[in-house]
This record gives sequence, C-alpha cells and structure tokens, in this order.
Amino acid sequence: MNKRVLIIGAGIAGMEAAASLLALGNEVLLFERDEIPGGHLKDWERLFPTQRLGSEVLDFLKKGIGSNVQLIHGTTITSAEKHEGRFKVVSSGGDVWWGDAVLLATGYDLFDATKKEEYGYGIFKNVITSADLEKRLLHSKELLTAEGKKPGRIAFVHCVGSRDRKIGNVFCSKVCCVTAVKQAIEIRQLLPDCEAYCFYMDLRMYGMKFEELYNEAQEKWGVTFIRGRMSEVSENIDRSLLVKVEDTLIGRPMRMNVDMLVLMVGFVPTKTTAKLAANIGVELNENGFIKMLDEHTSSNITNVPGVFVTGTAAAPQTISTTVMDARSAAVVVNNWLNSGGKA
Amino acid sequence: MSHEKFGFSAVKPRFIEYDKNDRTLFYLLRRREPSISICFSCGSCSATCPANAQTPFSFSRIMLYIRRGEKVQIAREINKCMMCGKCRLACPKGVNTRNIILITRDFLQKRTP
Repeated sequence: MNKRVLIIGAGIAGMEAAASLLALGNEVLLFERDEIPGGHLKDWERLFPTQRLGSEVLDFLKKGIGSNVQLIHGTTITSAEKHEGRFKVVSSGGDVWWGDAVLLATGYDLFDATKKEEYGYGIFKNVITSADLEKRLLHSKELLTAEGKKPGRIAFVHCVGSRDRKIGNVFCSKVCCVTAVKQAIEIRQLLPDCEAYCFYMDLRMYGMKFEELYNEAQEKWGVTFIRGRMSEVSENIDRSLLVKVEDTLIGRPMRMNVDMLVLMVGFVPTKTTAKLAANIGVELNENGFIKMLDEHTSSNITNVPGVFVTGTAAAPQTISTTVMDARSAAVVVNNWLNSGGKA
Repeated sequence: MSHEKFGFSAVKPRFIEYDKNDRTLFYLLRRREPSISICFSCGSCSATCPANAQTPFSFSRIMLYIRRGEKVQIAREINKCMMCGKCRLACPKGVNTRNIILITRDFLQKRTP
C-alpha cells in the first residue's frame, strides 16, 4: 500500500517536496492555509540574480504538483500528534487527516518593521519595506511617493531585523543584501532620474552571479553603496525623509534627504510553526526555527521520528536552495518510509 | 575675534552634508573613467602606497571624498600623490587610479583661478 505523507505548507518547499514525494511513489496531502499555493512567492515580482519573473518559478512548482497531489487549501493545521506509529493532523475547522509521516514546510514570516521604530515604518508614509516595494512593482509599473510625486532619491536600509541582538534576531537573513541590489537596479531602470543608495554593514554576495550583480549595480546603474547603519530617520515638512548615518569608511557622520526609504526586512520564525512544533514535540533552535537533528548531515530530520522539516521553517534560504532542500527532504522522507520507519 | 575674548568658540558640525556637497567631479569621473564606480574600498591601493607609508595620505579615502563631494579634502590631499602607479597594480577591480588622479588634478586646476 502507498504510504501517505502530510506536508504542511504549500510554499516553494512544500510544493517541490510534494512533487518529488509523488514521483517517488507516495501519496501526498498538501495543506495550505491560503486559498492558492505559492507562499511568499505569490507577492514577489522578480527574482535575483537574473530578474526573471517569480510567476515563472510558481508555474514550474504548480506543474510539479499537477493534479495528483491532493492540495487541501484554505486549511490551517493547528495540531498534530503521533498515534501508534501514525500521524494525525487536525485543522482549525476540526477536520482530521491521517498519514505515515509529516513534513513541516511552514516557511517564515517577514520581520515586523514597526519594531525598529527609529526607521519610522508605520509612522512616515514614505518608509516602506522591501516586500511592500515588491508588491507595488508586481501590481503597477509606476512608483510614486505618498504625495503622488516621482521620487528623486530612494535609499535602501540593509539588515532591518537581522543581525540585531537587541531585536532578538542575531542571524543573517541571507537574501536581503542581493535583494536590495536587485531592487536598486529596478528603481534605476524604472526611474532613470531617481538616485538609488544602499546603506549596508557588510554586503554578503555569496552566491553565483551575486557579486556580478553588485558590480553591475555600481558600474551600469550608478547605485551608491554607503557603509553604515542608519541611526534615525525623521520626516521633513514636505514628507521627504532626513536620514542620519555614519559613513564608516570615511569615519564621519552624514546627513542626507531621501524621498523614499526601503527597509530590507529579514526572515523571522513564524509563531504558528512554534505552536505546531510544541504540539508535536519538535524542538526549535536558539533562533526559533525548527531544529535540525544535525546541520551538516541530517538537515531535514527533527528530533521526532517521522516528522521532517524543509525550507525556511528551518533557516533563511533563497529560492534555489529551498527547491534543493525540498528535493532532499523528499528523499529522506521516502527512505524513512521504505525502511519501515527507521531513520 | 570676539569669541576669542570669551575663551570659547563654536565648533563646526562634522556632518558630511550630502545634499549641499557638489559632486560635479564625481559625475565627470564617472563619464571619463568609469572604473571609479566599482571601487569597493578594500584599501589595497593605500596599503601599497609609499606615500601612505610615510605620511597620512590615503587614496582609498580620496575615492570616498570624491564620491561624497568633499571638495576641501580632495584639494588638500590630491597633490600628495607621487604618481608611482603601484595602486593601479594592486587594485583587484582594475580601477585606473592614475587616470582618476590626473583628471582630478586637471579639474581642480581649471576650477581654481
């Protein structure tokens, strides 16, 4: 008889893992709280480092799950438990499903930028997040300030909610550096008269083509990178923003007015994942993500036999690594099922 | 001076006033020597610089002054270079440092009566 895998979350990781588990001959139930699958990718217009459309990747993932994966959408799984070697999951509506293994693909939340009050998100209208910008680019080819004017200068603030001990997130979110470079280029393409600035602490261009994109941003698009973490932002009477920062390479403070400020918000673990994990006995790591049994050799395995993890529920990841991680999780889950439930 | 009589004076703020600074030279350099854009302030140029070894002269700092439009500092520093060209050999990004210095000197000469 076919084994049944319960995958919680139909984002990139959940969808790709579902497709792979299906190809390996398993029955797959894919739970998604939204009405349509895709997770955060649904709100993303273009992807680094190639600027290809996010919808293309989404189409690939949709094709993968096809019609053979049972997608149970509009359903939030609130509890999961182990009963005599099988797993029972229950939705908020009280519906129950049984399976032989559980794969947590519940993803991440975006950092709540209002927590960094000094940047004025939620207070000043021309302060937006990287996700807000992406949504605006997805729905319109025009980018205007809150007053309906063409912006003459836009600045990006790196590491908002990441690498910040005071806010409780010591980890690096991995994707924001190159996202800022990508978005700064898009600003210059969309608004050739608008200057773009990136305020960074370190630029982590670790991936293939990332450094090239950073060079292109400077050489071809004239994006200016200033090393220093903004200390505070205040609003001028015309709603433009005065930013204060130390130009740490020169070693002097700097003042600059910008029309719009984009905060590069990082990943944070989701509260609902923490609840579900506690419910099923899965441990979290020191950052609040799901703890891998071994970061090097057993990254998809949790402390509970039969419960696995993939994607950004375990750590911040790019789309490319999430897709790879999902395939890896599928193999690990499949092996576990075929070995009769032995790790 | 009156403030000297009282034994105190007003200290000028140290801010780089980005909006007030004049970056004409930087924009000119970006057109005439585009390699200026890809400097990432690694400091190889200054590390190898014989002038920097003996005096507080830093080419990587000058690059930043040019980008920010800090004209006083540029004018103060630019003639301390001996044009040996070691910085150009050391630069991992292939920035034509000599040409940047030559254009800058030319620009300042034409601007100063």
